[in-house]
Amino acid sequence: MSNQTISTSQNDFILQVSGLSKLFGGLKAVNNFDLTLKSHSLTGLIGPNGAGKTTVFNMITGIYAPTAGEIIFQGQNIVGLEPHEINQMGIARTFQNIRLFPNLTVLDNVRIAYHPHAGYSMADAILHNRHFLEKEKALTEQAQEFLAVFGLEDRQGEIAKNLPYGEQRRLEIARALAAEPQLLLLDEPAAGMNPAETVELMDLIHFIRERFNLTILLIEHQMRVVMGICETITVMDFGEVIARGTPREIQSDPRVIEAYLGPGASALSEKFRRKKTQ
Amino acid sequence: MKNIDKSTLYFIGGSVLIFLIVQILVSVGILSTFWYTILRIGAVMAIVSLGLNLIYGFNGQFSLGQWGFYALGAYSAGDVTYRWTQLQSSGGLTILLLGVIMAGIAILLIRRLVNKLRGLDALSAFGLYLIGVILLAYLAVVVGGALENPVNSILKALPPEVSKQIVFVVAVLLGGLFAAEISFLFGLPVLTLGSDYFGIATLGFTVIVKVLLDNSDTMLGFAEMKGARGMIGIPKMTTWFWVFFFLVLVVIVTRNILHSSYGRAIVSVREDEIAAKAMGIDVANFKTITFVIGSFFAGLAGGLYAHINGFLHPDTFNFIKSFDPMIIVVFGGLGSVTGTVAASFAWALVLEGFLRLVLPEGFETWRFVVYPLLLLIMMLLKPNGLFGNYEMPFLRQVLPPLRKKTQSNENATDEEVLA
Repeated sequence: MSNQTISTSQNDFILQVSGLSKLFGGLKAVNNFDLTLKSHSLTGLIGPNGAGKTTVFNMITGIYAPTAGEIIFQGQNIVGLEPHEINQMGIARTFQNIRLFPNLTVLDNVRIAYHPHAGYSMADAILHNRHFLEKEKALTEQAQEFLAVFGLEDRQGEIAKNLPYGEQRRLEIARALAAEPQLLLLDEPAAGMNPAETVELMDLIHFIRERFNLTILLIEHQMRVVMGICETITVMDFGEVIARGTPREIQSDPRVIEAYLGPGASALSEKFRRKKTQ
Repeated sequence: MKNIDKSTLYFIGGSVLIFLIVQILVSVGILSTFWYTILRIGAVMAIVSLGLNLIYGFNGQFSLGQWGFYALGAYSAGDVTYRWTQLQSSGGLTILLLGVIMAGIAILLIRRLVNKLRGLDALSAFGLYLIGVILLAYLAVVVGGALENPVNSILKALPPEVSKQIVFVVAVLLGGLFAAEISFLFGLPVLTLGSDYFGIATLGFTVIVKVLLDNSDTMLGFAEMKGARGMIGIPKMTTWFWVFFFLVLVVIVTRNILHSSYGRAIVSVREDEIAAKAMGIDVANFKTITFVIGSFFAGLAGGLYAHINGFLHPDTFNFIKSFDPMIIVVFGGLGSVTGTVAASFAWALVLEGFLRLVLPEGFETWRFVVYPLLLLIMMLLKPNGLFGNYEMPFLRQVLPPLRKKTQSNENATDEEVLA
C-alpha cells in the first residue's frame, strides 16, 4: 500500500505503455503502441475490427508476451510477468466474449477472484479449523456484499451460464472488481446490449469508478458509450495509433473517419457538414 | 465442537454404521471371503477414482497416469512390508521413509529457489528438481541403511502384531507419498502440455511403470519383486477397517479441499483457464497441486491393494486397466464425489461379483461384453453419469444465507450469549 502511494505521488500516471509491438508470424498486430493513463481517468480505445485493440489488452494483462516495448504499471515494468501476478498487482479485466466460470454459481464466480486474499493455507482448509471457518465466512460475506453492489445478491445460487446476458456482463465486471484492482480493462462491455441495457451499463461504469476509485480503459464499438463516458480516446488502425484526443476532437478527425468509412469519406462528411450549416 | 451440523453427523454416523454392518457380516461368516475381497477392492477403487476425479473431474486434466501411480504405491508399500515380515528387516521402511522425507525437502527447497529465479522454463526446472531429488534420495539410501538396525531393535521391542500394523500403515502412507513425489516430478514438464497431449503423456507413464515392473528383478534390482512372475509373500493385512478408514479419510480430505478457496481455484482451472489466470489464479501451480494430491490417493490405494491378496503382478497394472478408474469417474458423474464412490463399488460388485456368478461357467469372459454394453446404454440414457452433479448432503456445497439473514442470525447468537 505504501509502495503504491509513493509511486502515484511521483507521477500521476498509473499506466505507461511505450513502443509496444506484437508480431504474429509476419503479421504486425500491434506496432509501436503508446498509451499513458492518468490515475482515475476513463479512457476509450477504439478502432475498426482487427485494429489490435484486444491484443493490446492481452499484452497488458500478460496473456501475450509483447515482441517489443514496455508496460509500466505504478512505476514497475510488468512485461514478462504471469497473468495471475499482474492481476494480483492490480490490473483486472473483462473479456470481449464473456468468460465467466459457466458451471459455477454466481457467488463462486466472485469468490474465486478473492482467492489471492483468502488468507488461509491448504492445510487449514483440509483440517477445517477455526481459522479456516472464520476466514471463509469473512470472504463469503465480502463476496455477497459485492454482489449486492451489483444487484446480483438474490442470484447468488444461480449457475452463471443460466443468467441473462446483461447480468452475465454485470457479473463479469463484479468478478473483475472483486480482485481489488486499481486499473480495470473492459473489453467491449456493451457488445450485444440493447439501448436500455447500454444506458444502465454507462451508469454502472461511472458508479464503479467513483466507488472503487478506479482507472478505466475500455474498448468499445458503440460510439454512444465511447463518446458519452470517455474523457480521452485513443484510436487504433492496423496496429497503430492514428489519433488521440477528447471525444469532440476524435469525431472530427479526418484520419479516424477515413479508418472507419474508407478513403474519401472524410471529404464527404465535410461536404455534408457544410450543407447542414448552409 | 458444538456447532457440528446435521449432515456431518449423518455422514459420520452412516460411515460407522456401514463399517459395522460389513464387519459383523464378515465376522459372523455370512459374507464369504469372495464378497469380502470384492468389497475391499471396491473401496480401493473408490480411493483411486476419487484421486482421478480430482484431477479430471474437478481440475479438467485428462489423465491416464492414475494406474501408474497406483502401481508405484502398491509395489513400494508391498516391498516395505515384505521386507519386514519375510526378512525381519526394517531396511525398506527406513530407506523409503528417509527417501520420501528428503525428496520432499528437496522439492520444497528447490521450489522456493525456482520461484525466486524468475523465468526458468519448465524443462530446466525439471532438471534441477531431478538432480536435487536423486542426490538426496541417494543420501537417504546410505543413511537409511545405517538406521536399519536401531529401528529394527525398536520395532522388535514392541509386540509383533503391533509392530506389524505400524509398519503396514506407515508403508501405505509412504506408498502414497512416494507416488505423489514422482507425480510432482513427472507433472512438472508434462502439465504444461494441453489437455489431450497430457492424456497421451500420462498414458506413456503408465506404460513405463508396467515395463519397469515387468523387469523389476533385472532392471531395478529388486529380486523380491520377481519381475513378470509376480511378487508373492506380501502379508495380507488390508482389513475392511483399514480400507474403510482410508476411504472415509480421503472423502473428507477431498470434500474439505473442494469446499475451500483452493477447491474453487481448482475448479476454475477446469472452467476457463484464461479467465482463471486473469482472476489471479496461478493455473500451473494448481494443476500441479491437484495432480500431486490425486496421485497421492492413487499411491495410497495401491498400498492397500497390495495387502489384500498378498500378490502383485505387473499385468494388474497394464495400461488397459488404467481406463478403469477413468470409466468409473465418468460413469459416476464427473465432478461428483458421491457418484465416484458409488460407481467404484458398483464396478467391483457387478464386474467382479455378480457377472462372474450369474453368467454360466465358461462364459465369464462375456462380462467384458456385457460391461461395455451397460456403459454404452448408460451413456446414452444419462450422459452426465449416474449421479450427475448430485452430492450427498455432507459433500454438498451449502449456499450461505443472504447477508440480511446472517446479520439477524448474528444478533440472535449474540443475544443468546448475553442471556
